[in-house]
Formats: sequence, C-alpha cells, structure tokens
Amino acid sequence: MRLSSKHLTLLILLAIVALAPLAFPSNFYYRIGALAFVNGLAVTGLVILIGFAGQVSLGHAGFAGIGAYTCALAPIYLGLHPALAMLLGTVISAGIAWLIGGPILRLKGYYLGVATLGFGILVSMVLANEVPITGGADGREVPELGLRAALKFIGIDLSNAQFWYAFTALFLLGGAWVASNLHDSAAGRALRALHDSEIAAGTVGVDVARYKLSAFVLSAVYASLSGSLLALMNKFITPDVAGFLHSVELVTMTVLGGAGSVPGAIAGATLLTLLPQALTALQAYEHMILGLIMMLVMIFMRDGLVPTLSRALRGRG
Amino acid sequence: MPLLSVEGLGIDFGGLRAVNDVGFGVEPGEIVSVIGPNGAGKTTLFNMISGAYRPARGKVSLDGEAVTGMAPNQLAERGLSRTFQNLQIFQKMSVLENVMTGRHLKARGSLVADLFSTPASRRRTAEARTVASGLLARVGLDRAADQQASSLSYGALKRLEIARALALEPRILLLDEPAAGCNAVETEEIDHLIADVAKSGVAILLVEHDMKMVMRISSHIVVLDRGEKIAEGKPEKVSRDPKVIEAYLGVQEGSGHALG
Ligand SMILES: Nc1ncnc2c1ncn2[C@@H]1O[C@H](COP(=O)(O)OP(=O)(O)OP(=O)(O)O)[C@@H](O)[C@H]1O
Ligand SMILES: [Mg+2]
Repeated sequence: MRLSSKHLTLLILLAIVALAPLAFPSNFYYRIGALAFVNGLAVTGLVILIGFAGQVSLGHAGFAGIGAYTCALAPIYLGLHPALAMLLGTVISAGIAWLIGGPILRLKGYYLGVATLGFGILVSMVLANEVPITGGADGREVPELGLRAALKFIGIDLSNAQFWYAFTALFLLGGAWVASNLHDSAAGRALRALHDSEIAAGTVGVDVARYKLSAFVLSAVYASLSGSLLALMNKFITPDVAGFLHSVELVTMTVLGGAGSVPGAIAGATLLTLLPQALTALQAYEHMILGLIMMLVMIFMRDGLVPTLSRALRGRG
Repeated sequence: MPLLSVEGLGIDFGGLRAVNDVGFGVEPGEIVSVIGPNGAGKTTLFNMISGAYRPARGKVSLDGEAVTGMAPNQLAERGLSRTFQNLQIFQKMSVLENVMTGRHLKARGSLVADLFSTPASRRRTAEARTVASGLLARVGLDRAADQQASSLSYGALKRLEIARALALEPRILLLDEPAAGCNAVETEEIDHLIADVAKSGVAILLVEHDMKMVMRISSHIVVLDRGEKIAEGKPEKVSRDPKVIEAYLGVQEGSGHALG
C-alpha cells in the first residue's frame, strides 16, 4: 500500500513523540512536552474551525474551562470517575457549542471574533465569581485520574511526568488523525469550500450553516478535552484556563504554525509552549523577543511556519 | 411543462429596477440563452433563479415545484447547478478537489464516518475522485488535476467551474459567460461541451457575449435590456428584431457588444 501524506505526517509525529525523550536532560521536559501536546490538541481543533472552515473564535478557552472544571467538579458533586467527568465535559461543551453556534456563526469576520470573545469572557467570569462551587480566582483541586496507578498494577511503572507525556501524546495523535481524516473527506472538503466561497459551496449543495456548526462543535470538543487533560495533569485549576489570554494564545499558535495544516498547528503549539521556557534566561526581554518572533513569522511567512517551510523545501527538492 | 419556469421575476437595488417582470421556460435538453448589453440584468436574473438573491416579485418553479427564494443548496438538491461570471473557485484546493467538491451531494455521508475515515467514507471520496477526474479530462484540465486552483489561468478557471457544476449531475445548468477569457479554440471546445451536455437531456440556461456561439447553439434566446425582456424567440428571429438591434447599437459607443 502506498503511504499517503496523511499517514506519513502521523508517522513523523509519532516518531518525534517517541524519540524526543531520548534528548530530555531531566524529568521536567516530559512536563513541558505534555503541555505542548495539551495545547496542540486544542489547536488542532482550531485548525478545523479556523483553518478548514475559516471561522475565527477568540473564545475557545471557554470550552477548555468547561472541560477543566467538569473534571474538578463532577467527581465531587456527581460522584463521577474523572475519566467519565472528562467525557461529560466534552458532552457539555459540545452541547453549549451547538446552542450558541447557531446564532453566533451567522456573524462573519471580526463580528464573529467579538461574539466568541464574549462567550469566553462569560465562562471565565462565571468560573471566577461562583466562589462556593468553583473556588473562584484561587482555583480548586482536581481529583487524581488514577490511570497511572492502574498501569503500575499491571507492571508499567511510569513517573508522573512520563505518564502525562504519554497520555496527552495519545490524545494529540488521535486528534491529529481525526482532523487529517476530516481534511480529506467529503465533510472536510465542504468546510474548506465554504471557507473560500460560501456562495459556491451552497451552489454545489453544501448546507453552509450546518457545516459551520459541525466545525464549531468539533473544535469545542477538542478544546474541552484539552482543558480536562490540563486539569487532570496539574491536579489543580484556576479560571485562567478559560481566560481571554488563553484563547488568544490558542489562536496565535494556530495561525503561527499554519492554520490550514494539522502538523503546522502542532508545531505552532509546541513552539509557543517551548519558546517562553527557552527565553526565561533572557528574563525581562522574554516577552519582547516572543512578540518579535511572532511578528516576523507573520510578516515573512503569512501562511504560517510549516506550510511556508515545506513549500520552500519542496521548491528546492 | 418546462423543467425550469420563470414568471414575472423582478428585483430592485435601491431605486434601480435591476430586473423587472421577466418570464420564460427551459425544457430538458434545450439551450436557452439570455443576452443583453452590459448591466441588462442577466447575472442578477441568474442570482435570483439560483437562490443567491431573493426575488422581490415573481415566481421560479423547477419541475412544477415552486422554488422561489430557496437557498442555493436546496436548489442543488433539486438538480440546479451554476457557474459564476466573476469566478467563485475554491482557491486553496487543488483543481481535482474543486470538482470533487462539486460532487458533494453524492459524496456526503455521516460526519462520524468521515472523522474516522471508515471504508464507507473512503469509498465515497474515491467515487468522487473518479468522477472528478473524468470531468477534468472532459474540460481539458486533467493535466492540472493536482495543481492548486489559484495557479490556473482565467480561461482554465472558467472550465474548472463548468466541470465542478457538472459533477453535481444537474438537471438544469446555468452558465454565466462560460467562454469569457477563453481563446478561439477553447471557446469552440466549450461550445461543443455545452451542446454535448444538452444532448444528454440537461436543460441549459446560458449567458454569453460571444454572439457567434450564442446564435450557433441556442434553441431559444431571451433578450434583456435594462432589466426588461424586450424580445425572445429562435436565434434567426431575435437577431433580426429591430428592438434587439437598437438595444445593442444604443450602447455600442460605450462598452457594449454588437451582434456578431
Ligand atoms: N448586488 C447589487 N447591488 C446593487 N446593484 C446591483 C447588484 N447587482 C447588480 N446590480 C446592478 O444591477 C444591474 C444589472 O447588473 P447585472 O450584473 O445583472 O448585469 P449583466 O447583464 O449581468 O451585465 P454584464 O453583461 O456586464 O455581466 C446593474 O446596473 C448593476 O450595477
Ligand atoms: Mg453579468
């Protein structure tokens, strides 16, 4: 069987995930890796929404917040296992995305941006203000997932950081696989079609509103899972997970890597997770340099890092 | 009963009566051309029939069903397909994918199946690819299949739109200046293609400024001027109609097109 570019991309991703630990000087790097994967998962969802369907959201951290806090609260108030809480979080996020997506997605461009922004702010306000339940701005503890102990029981003994590295990597690989499948399917073509021309998409029979809504709900599920994983990994969560800054960070990762491509978005997520760590040595200049890099990439590589670089490589080859 | 029938159709933009009280019918296998000087309202008429604009007055029926004001995708489900004068290409897709997308109604299926790339989902995509490749060959673009659509010339994009519209297997096809930007050879190819499609039983509504082509392939011509239908009939009859000649001559000093 011929190896399609989709499978090749996933294989490369798998190889990177598997081989990177060989270069890790300490356990700490597993944690950074896991953070990059968690961000990468949410960003892969945004590739579907922004990159495929061309709809901007500045409020997706709101769904991450819902996923995170469901993992914190459902075990306590509903007695659910954290893994089931994660599932419940995605169901709630999908439901809310479906409800608000109808009216919101009728808006275009920056109107849509502002409306989604409002949604994200709303979620983080609720999380910060419902102190008796959510713990407010101080955050609250999240129960242990318990899977690591189970693995240990069957003889797989991983450090906490190693476990979360592997566990989040599985989600990222799964998410990337699903998004790549979508890209090359009839539904993916419908999304990419309405991105380029809504009227032409309608003319070939695409129900534009319905497909936009599907992309919105899907990306909400990705964000929600990402939030749940973050909460379970840190065993602690604050409303910042749903905050405006996190939303903007996710969109920046998406666009920086290349909104239209799954590997690009993952590269963007990894870069923006690693770079601040690498730049901490420069202390006061950290944010300046980060900002500068982002500006330069956008000015000189408008399609994003990975699409531009791969085009340059192909052009030479 | 005609497949497409239009009665008393009209729309205004601000104070401008862009189209007013236009009516005609198109039978299966027939090529009906809409001609008229620039700004006569031909594209606006297409936009109303295809659901891009909601008409202010009048009625559109497809196969006896009232479809006035329906959304483009609902019309597509009923077998109406079109191309655009001002090109509406899916720029970031490959040429082949553009045409595959034209087959959406046959290729679509469960979203979950598409997410997990089930055999059924892959089969739908494979079928769309086969049909799309065939159509690309038919419009002479098979060599460009894997190129990004935005890299094609204007004339090639016009043909790409025709292939995309055909992928739907329409019962009625609306073509808005399909030969614009094409050289003489390409124009003749498009000419044959349209005749071929009509022969297979598809009803065709055509807007075209190339009068030689219009006179050669039309079974019926509707002439618009300033939004009104000023004449209609067989090509020989229309080309001799004094009102038609005047409408064209009247704008000839401007940017109009004389009857060829
Ligand atoms: N969306 C719109 N808003 C306002 N005016 C419009 C709109 N669309 C078309 N018009 C006007 O309606 C009139 C008819 O335009 P239309 O594009 O239908 O002409 P046409 O016959 O297709 O011309 P051409 O041969 O140049 O393509 C023109 O005066 C045009 O300016
Ligand atoms: Mg026109």
